[in-house]
Amino acid sequence: MHRRARGARVSAPLLKVEGLRKAYPGVVANDDVSFQIMPGEVHALLGENGAGKSTLVKMIYGLVRPDAGRMTLNGASYRPATPHAARASGVAMVFQHFSLFEALDVAENVALGMENPPPQRRLARRIREVSETYGLPLDPTRLVGELSAGERQRVEIVRCLLQDPKLLIMDEPTSVLTPQEVEILFETLRRLQAEGTSILYISHKLEEIRALCDEATILRLGQVVGVCDPKSTSAREMAELMVGSALHTPSRAARPPGEAVLEIGGLSMKSSNPFGTALRDVSLEVRAGEVVGIGGVAGNGQDELLAALSGEARSGAQTVRLNGQPVGNLGPNVRRRLGLLAAPEERLGHAAAPDMTLTENALLTGAVREGLVARGFLKWAAARGFAERIIADFDVRTPGPGNAARALSGGNLQKFVIGREILQRPICLVVNQPTWGVDASAAAAIRQALLDLAEGGAAVLVISQDLDELMEISDRFAALNEGRLSDPRPAQGLSVEEIGLMMGGAHDMEVAHVQG
Amino acid sequence: MDLSTIDPAILLASLMVASTPILLAAIGELVVEKSGVLNLGVEGMMITGAICGFAVAVETGSPLLGFVAAAAGGAVLSMTFGVLTQFFLSNQVATGLALTLFGLGLSALMGQGYVGIKPPGLGDVNLGPLADIPFLGTVLFRHDFMIYVSLALVAGVWAFLKYSRAGLILRAVGESHDAAHALGYKVVLVRLAAIAFGGACAGLGGAYLSLIRVPQWTEGMTAGAGWIALAIVVFASWRAWGVLIGAYLFGGVAVLQLNLQAAGAHIPVEYLSMSPYLVTILVLVIMSSGRGRAALNAPASLGRSFHASS
Repeated sequence: MHRRARGARVSAPLLKVEGLRKAYPGVVANDDVSFQIMPGEVHALLGENGAGKSTLVKMIYGLVRPDAGRMTLNGASYRPATPHAARASGVAMVFQHFSLFEALDVAENVALGMENPPPQRRLARRIREVSETYGLPLDPTRLVGELSAGERQRVEIVRCLLQDPKLLIMDEPTSVLTPQEVEILFETLRRLQAEGTSILYISHKLEEIRALCDEATILRLGQVVGVCDPKSTSAREMAELMVGSALHTPSRAARPPGEAVLEIGGLSMKSSNPFGTALRDVSLEVRAGEVVGIGGVAGNGQDELLAALSGEARSGAQTVRLNGQPVGNLGPNVRRRLGLLAAPEERLGHAAAPDMTLTENALLTGAVREGLVARGFLKWAAARGFAERIIADFDVRTPGPGNAARALSGGNLQKFVIGREILQRPICLVVNQPTWGVDASAAAAIRQALLDLAEGGAAVLVISQDLDELMEISDRFAALNEGRLSDPRPAQGLSVEEIGLMMGGAHDMEVAHVQG
Repeated sequence: MDLSTIDPAILLASLMVASTPILLAAIGELVVEKSGVLNLGVEGMMITGAICGFAVAVETGSPLLGFVAAAAGGAVLSMTFGVLTQFFLSNQVATGLALTLFGLGLSALMGQGYVGIKPPGLGDVNLGPLADIPFLGTVLFRHDFMIYVSLALVAGVWAFLKYSRAGLILRAVGESHDAAHALGYKVVLVRLAAIAFGGACAGLGGAYLSLIRVPQWTEGMTAGAGWIALAIVVFASWRAWGVLIGAYLFGGVAVLQLNLQAAGAHIPVEYLSMSPYLVTILVLVIMSSGRGRAALNAPASLGRSFHASS
């Protein structure tokens, strides 16, 4: 299909970017970046976190003014001073962190992103029409605060579509979506492409780019390092271009697991979140030197399980045991002292305090095991040393431990959060979504660190929605479904169908299968 | 006690007069807070408006010019708050408190020559036959024009926030300044405009006190009215009509308890004096409780400083 678009390359490019440069104090975000997008083409912009993708698209959308270089749109010089100007020229953008207002309804949100919105009633009708045409059902009167992540993205997309954009910029659109929602999104994008709309698709998920895009420009450290056809280039080649070195696949020597370290027995618990899922009779054993992976669709009790293990939610003493010792009724700090550490999913606000420095964040969970407190007083020098050690050992890219956690990119903060727990030498580590929203090389580093930890004799429990990740690092695999945990099975040799059945909660079939 | 001395028509009419200063200040603060700015300097802007209005009215003999000067005075004072919080990113709570203290001191200084003078009066609006309607005529149609201006302001603010595009942008800025900036709206300009409007309204409320309600100039004469206005905005869940109800309720109970005291009610004066505060807060808390959508009226970015990162 996309070849047809190429064949018609007699037409001029829609957008041509030449020699774009943008420097911030201390960093060159983009240097001499050039590429072009043909009409009706899906063009991928590929790069790691911090490669300069976001700055580049902000320049195209008029949020940031380039220091040098020029852009041409449809043959005419294009220098948008504001997003209004960009929208008026037919450039629309769907943001990575949604630019939506939760307390306003869908129609109001759409109106705010348009240059000349029609009156509310007519707008509501047009939203219904457009959303149905593109298979993105939306109710214009609902408050955005009540919508799911996928629905919120629909609001953003519909807002763009209502202006008939010639170029649609999508900044990491799939990072918050379920696999089903990703499919729906791709359907919509292919349809737009068939109608002649060009799409600039920013992502670091290689398989998505291979499935969707016609051409890819690869950025590294603010510069273009390669252009390729993603359909004929392997994911590995693209990843290596993106990272700039051969990509390291996590590996470790196989070794027999030891004694049971973490034992969960008959754990049932209500969720503290009114929209959460209660845990029902969860039982599991994690042995020393073993990585157990827990899969399942989000919202089936993952957060609750992590809370029950970290000590944020307490249960009966015997429901959670560490090395045979009952800890179910103990709080997080006592469990930390005993060696049971946890890293929750939400980086900002749960795993780390966003406005506090890295030193302070290191202190928050490291105080007990690293001895950073003496008689109620903080040992700042030791805390800073601990933070610096995390930064060095886990390759956290930041100017120093005095920086606020909020200032780090997602991948760097995730490396910091995981590294902080691993450096405390846990007996048992529980992590939820360790590589969510993290680029390929950082994700590989985090997985390798988890494997090394297990090799050192610790028990590791990984809760994740990334099945590939779980298959790569787990020894045994179990799935959460509506708060129930399936029986764990060896990860090696599990087929996709079997995993699907486990995630769907078909426990009986699974037993029959095992017996058969 | 003798309740027959209380005439309900006169009581209701004086209720409107007593409530108008708070209503004016509160409707201005509502707009400010809807844009995401918490200005605790309402008291200071009110009393600055009170003396600006009083002085100009006395010097020119025109109460109308007095009100214009009061609005200008309040707006100018609010701009010091605006510049400090929007450009220098100072803390809004601390800056607002400082504004109140500054306004109280500044007004005392400006008002030294005006103690004990009687300002020119503002006649009632002539509404012809409407004023002759029994009961209703006394209650609603024999007032000075500022009362009608304040009611029009409430209706105007309500319609502005609900139906106009500018109002939608203002609410969006108050809800998430980062998202509004990403869409290309000028967050700081919107907020400065809202702060100036709030200052002008507070100034009008102060001038209403010194020119009509009291009417004379005394130091510190607002006596906490600005703080009541602030509380009413919150308890009314940031809704224009809720602010009207809250202000009239407060003014009504205040007038009623004065009448009861005059009629010799056998209730300790302390209880009567605290009654307006208690009743207003109780009623508004009940009004705003248990309604999911009402809670969403609170602007999510309230009190947070905005700095464009790119």
